[in-house]
Formats: sequence, structure tokens, C-alpha cells
Amino acid sequence: MSSQPEPTNQQSEKNEISRREVFVKIGVLLNGLAAVILATPIIGYLVSPILEAKGNGYKRWIVLGELDEFPENQTRLARFKNPITGVSDGQTDDIPCWVRRLSGDQFQVFAINCAHLGCPVRWFPQSGLFMCPCHGGVYYQDGSRASGPPPRGLFEYQYKVEDGKLMIFAGQLPTLSTTAALRKRSGGCQG
Amino acid sequence: MSRLSRIGDWFEQRLQIGGAVREAAEHPVPRKSASWFYVFGSAALTIFILQVFTGIMLALIYVPSAAEAWNSLQFLNHTVTLGWFLRAVHGWGSNFMVAVVLIHMCQVFLFGAYKFPRELTWIVGVFLLLMTLAMAFTGQVMRFDQDAYWGLGIGASICGRVPVIGSYVVHLLLGGPIIAGATLSRFFALHVFIIPALLIGLVSLHLLMVLKLGVNEWPMPGRVVRRSTYMQEYHELTHKRGVPFVPVAIWKDMFFSAAIIVAVMACAAYFGPFGPTGYPNPTIIQTVPKPDFFFLWLYAMLALLPPSVETPLLLIGPVIAIGFLVLLPFISGEGEKSWKRRPIAVVTLLLIAVALGTFTKLATYSPWSPVMDGWSSDPVPVEFLNGRTPLQRQGALVFQGKQCRNCHALDGVGGKRGPELDRVATRMTHDQLVRQVIQGGGNMPAYGKNLNPAEVTALVSFLETLHPPNQLPARDAARQAVTPLQ
Repeated sequence: MSSQPEPTNQQSEKNEISRREVFVKIGVLLNGLAAVILATPIIGYLVSPILEAKGNGYKRWIVLGELDEFPENQTRLARFKNPITGVSDGQTDDIPCWVRRLSGDQFQVFAINCAHLGCPVRWFPQSGLFMCPCHGGVYYQDGSRASGPPPRGLFEYQYKVEDGKLMIFAGQLPTLSTTAALRKRSGGCQG
Repeated sequence: MSRLSRIGDWFEQRLQIGGAVREAAEHPVPRKSASWFYVFGSAALTIFILQVFTGIMLALIYVPSAAEAWNSLQFLNHTVTLGWFLRAVHGWGSNFMVAVVLIHMCQVFLFGAYKFPRELTWIVGVFLLLMTLAMAFTGQVMRFDQDAYWGLGIGASICGRVPVIGSYVVHLLLGGPIIAGATLSRFFALHVFIIPALLIGLVSLHLLMVLKLGVNEWPMPGRVVRRSTYMQEYHELTHKRGVPFVPVAIWKDMFFSAAIIVAVMACAAYFGPFGPTGYPNPTIIQTVPKPDFFFLWLYAMLALLPPSVETPLLLIGPVIAIGFLVLLPFISGEGEKSWKRRPIAVVTLLLIAVALGTFTKLATYSPWSPVMDGWSSDPVPVEFLNGRTPLQRQGALVFQGKQCRNCHALDGVGGKRGPELDRVATRMTHDQLVRQVIQGGGNMPAYGKNLNPAEVTALVSFLETLHPPNQLPARDAARQAVTPLQ
């Protein structure tokens, strides 16, 4: 330090400016740091719907009804309360699904949502077809695609029978990437 | 000095913006640009202000909750004094805004106004169009009815097609596992806070650039834009031969804006508010969801695209379209501005307009969808039953009872998913009919499992009667040739 020459007036002014520049940079840095610290909880808040969905986060085993509510060889509309609800859902958390009882404990439980773009499919027992009102998707009674734009058969819920009650594993809107964890099915005949 | 001008001076001394305002108002525009073709931008701004104002009015009553939104809209429609009218003005204002923004964009495109130096004005305009469409879509969600509910389902299903991160996008969009209260709340935040804030910012930027760079000159064939000379030429047009925007040009903008506002109000008063349609309860599945007018073309495309290219086109198509619009001023930033010397531009625009118009028209009656009550709403017409055998009449019953009519029209009534069957016997032989019914194909489901042999026999014998009296049914030529030998 002592070896440095005495600063002239001009030099000291320059030093003064560079000192201010350093302070400005520190100021920017401090605000950047504060922004990062602030952003972390905000981002956590925003992406919480993704974090909560991890694994089977949104899904629960739900009782659909007594076995004898579903006659054999018939397909019936059933409804359940979504396991995850909010404070202002109204009736949007009443979710319908189609239950097909083959025989005894053999079931197929289909999501109401067309595999094409999610519109509600309707069951026509006379012709044994599910038809979609939006873009013309049609499915056979076993849920396999019959015609129209759907890229696959109807989404199917996992089910089990316990104490004479039919239960399904459900809780989120089924789409091509958020399938209701549904059993892999071998593609039916698409003749 | 009058009292008024003394008050004016008091403010001016403190604000010091009078000069800038006067300069902006009196900025010179090319003489021929003071034209009726140049009124659409200001009209879009006028409708936007109308939308902000009526939107705030609606927010006084509207409840952004999945449980209450629908009821609050009914309350607005039926109980609040003139609530129906404000809803109608906001709804019709939305349609007019999309229309005017599209017309403005076409005019700017045809007049070559996106060329140097107005590239950024155009790019900001592209995002203004996207924001306007986003407002229209989120606004449809605010009308939380069955169409809105299932429309969200379609939106989520499209997001679900994104590879790898599809499920994340779906849950972010919905704000949870299903379409519910959280979904409406976040669309409310988008519609009322986020997109309007972006719109106000981008509109300001857009306007600032119009003032800084000047309004586009009237394109003349042969007057070519070159980066090196354009500024000089434009300066000549405005500062030597131009006219001040106020009052020479502005009165046309004012006339047109007033006409648009009156038109919106007239539509609102005459046609009334949009919906809400049925209550948003997903267990009511007897519904045929449809989007609002300006998204009908998309609805039609989703039905008509071949399934194999649907996902790539849905995900890549918008990127290409927006990318092209953004890059347009860099692809052709110089050259002719006049549409008379730009045939490809004109043809492209016409092609897009005809395509969108056709899709929209198709979506109004959606021929690709089975008519859900086709089988139960109209009986088989009498002329198809007169003089038929009992077996053929039994076939007509099978035809009706098995919902064939949902997709096939008879006498013009029924679905249009499959071909009309009034003359099917002239096109297909007995064997072909049996095969088609049992095995399906060509987009028809196979009915083999749902018809017993007696039903197939009856149905086909009915179908064989469907030909005009003066035209014979189709015959199997091979079988005809063999018969005389037997």
C-alpha cells in the first residue's frame, strides 16, 4: 500500500466513481439474491399441482357401489365424489363413469372421457356402442375403438371387489398422458 | 385569461405534457393514408376499452367459483337491472374485437405495412392477436357452463398429448387433478389480470411505434421499399406533402369507432347475452359441447384431421403458424407493398380465409358426429315402408332400433357421419351389405356381435329395397353370368 503514489485529485475522483460502481453492482446482486429467494416459494406454489400429482398422489380407492347395483351383462352409469376436492368445486367433483359387469367379479370400468379429446361418451345398449358427441368417436362395448378419431380405446379404471362392494382407483382427469392408471389393454379387433 | 385556461396552465406547469400530446395528435400522415382503410386499428382499441369497462362492470356481480359462477350469471341475466345487457355487450364486444383485429391484420398484410421499418410493430401485433384469442377462450371459460366445462376437457386433452411433460401441463392447466374450482380460479386470473395487463402493455408499445415510425403510406404499385432510401422517401411523403392526423384523418377513425360501438350494442340488444347453457355438472352427460364462433374452425379440424397426424399437427402447427407470422417481416422486409404486385400474398390470404370459413361452416352442423337422438326422434319415412314385406319392415325396425339412423340419414333426416342410405341398394349388392353390416369398416363399427342372424337378414332385406323405383338394385355380375348355365 505504502509503495503506491499519493493519488492526485483526478485519480481520487476516478476511485470514487469505481467505488460507487462496485456499490451499484452489489446492489444489483443483493436484489438478484432477494428475487431468487422470493421466486422459490412462488414457483413452488405455482407448480404444486404437479408436485402433488407425483406417483399416485391424486388417486385413491373409491367405493362405486354394492355389487348388486350392477346387473351382469349390462353397462350402467355410476358416479363418485372425486377424492381430492377444493373449496369452490360446486358439482364439478361429481365424476361419472361407465361400469360394465361381465359376470361375477369380472368388471370393466370406463372413464366418461373420450380418449380423443375428453368429451363425455354415451352408452347405447341397443347397438352396444359408446358414442361421443364432439368429433364422432365410437367404441365397442368392451371399450375398444370402433371408429372415428380416438387414438385408442376408452380409458379404464383399475377395480377391485371388497366386501361385496365395487371399488375403483381414480382421482384425476384421464388424458393420453394422465391416464387414470389404467389397465393396459390389448387392442381389440378394429375391423 | 379565462378561468379555464388558467386551470389548464396550472396543470401544464406541473405535468408538462401539453407539447408532447399536441405533437402526437398533429403528427403528419401521408395524405392518402387518411383513408377509410386505416380505421380498423383504432376500432380494435376502442372495443378493447369497451371490453375493459364492461368487464369491470360484470366483475361487480360475477363470482369466480365453480359452485357459484353459473348462478351469478343467471342472477345477472334475470335479476340485476340491465345485467343481461352488460353481459350481452361484453359477449358481442368479444366477437367484434376478434373480427376487427383479424380485419386489421389482413389490411396491414395486404398493404405491406409489416415491411421495413415496421417489423416490430407487426410482431407485437401478432402477439396482440394471440392475446385477443386467449381472451376469447378464457372468456368462454368464465361463462362456466357445460360448454365451458367440456371445452376445458378438450384443452386438457390437447395438453395431454404433449410428449414427456404432458401430465405436468395438464395439472398446471387444471390447477389440480380434475376440472374444478381451482381451474376456474386460474382462468379468472388469466382473463382478468394477466392477459389484460399484457394487452395494455403491448397495445401501448404498438401505438408508440405507430407514432414514432408513422402510419403506413398508401401502397402504390412500383413504389418499392428499400432499407437505404425508405426513411427519406417517407419523410418526403409526410413532412412535405402530408397532413396532420388531427383533424384531417382522425374523424374517420372516430366515425368508424362510434359505428362499431353502436353495432355491438345493437347486436347485444337484439340477440341478448350468450348463455350460460346447462349447469356445469359432469354427471349430466346428455350434452353436445361446442366452442364459441371463433374456435369452430379448430373444432372442425380436430374432427377431420387423420388420427395419425393429429398430435403432431396440434402441437407443431401453432409453432409453425406463429413462427411464420413473426418471421414474415424478415422474409420479405423490402420490396413491393401493393397487393396488386403481390399475387402470392393475396392468394395465401384468400386460401386461409376460405379454409377457415369452410371449417367454421362445417362445425355449425358437425356432420362427423353421430346424432345422439337420430334413432329415437324421427320414424322411418312412410314411403320406405309402403308395399314392403313383413321381413323388410322388420328390417326397418332393426335399422331404427340399432341406432343406424344416428349416423345414416334417410330422406335427409338423421346423422351425416356415414352416407345417406336412400339409394344404398344401387351401390351395394346383397353380399356387400351383409359384409358391411357384420364387419363394418371404412369408419363404420362392426355390428356382428350385436345383431343375430335373423336381424341381419331382416336389416339387409330392408336395405335392398332402398333404391329409386326406376333404378334397379346393384347385382353381382359374376353371379349373373353363372345363372343361365344352371
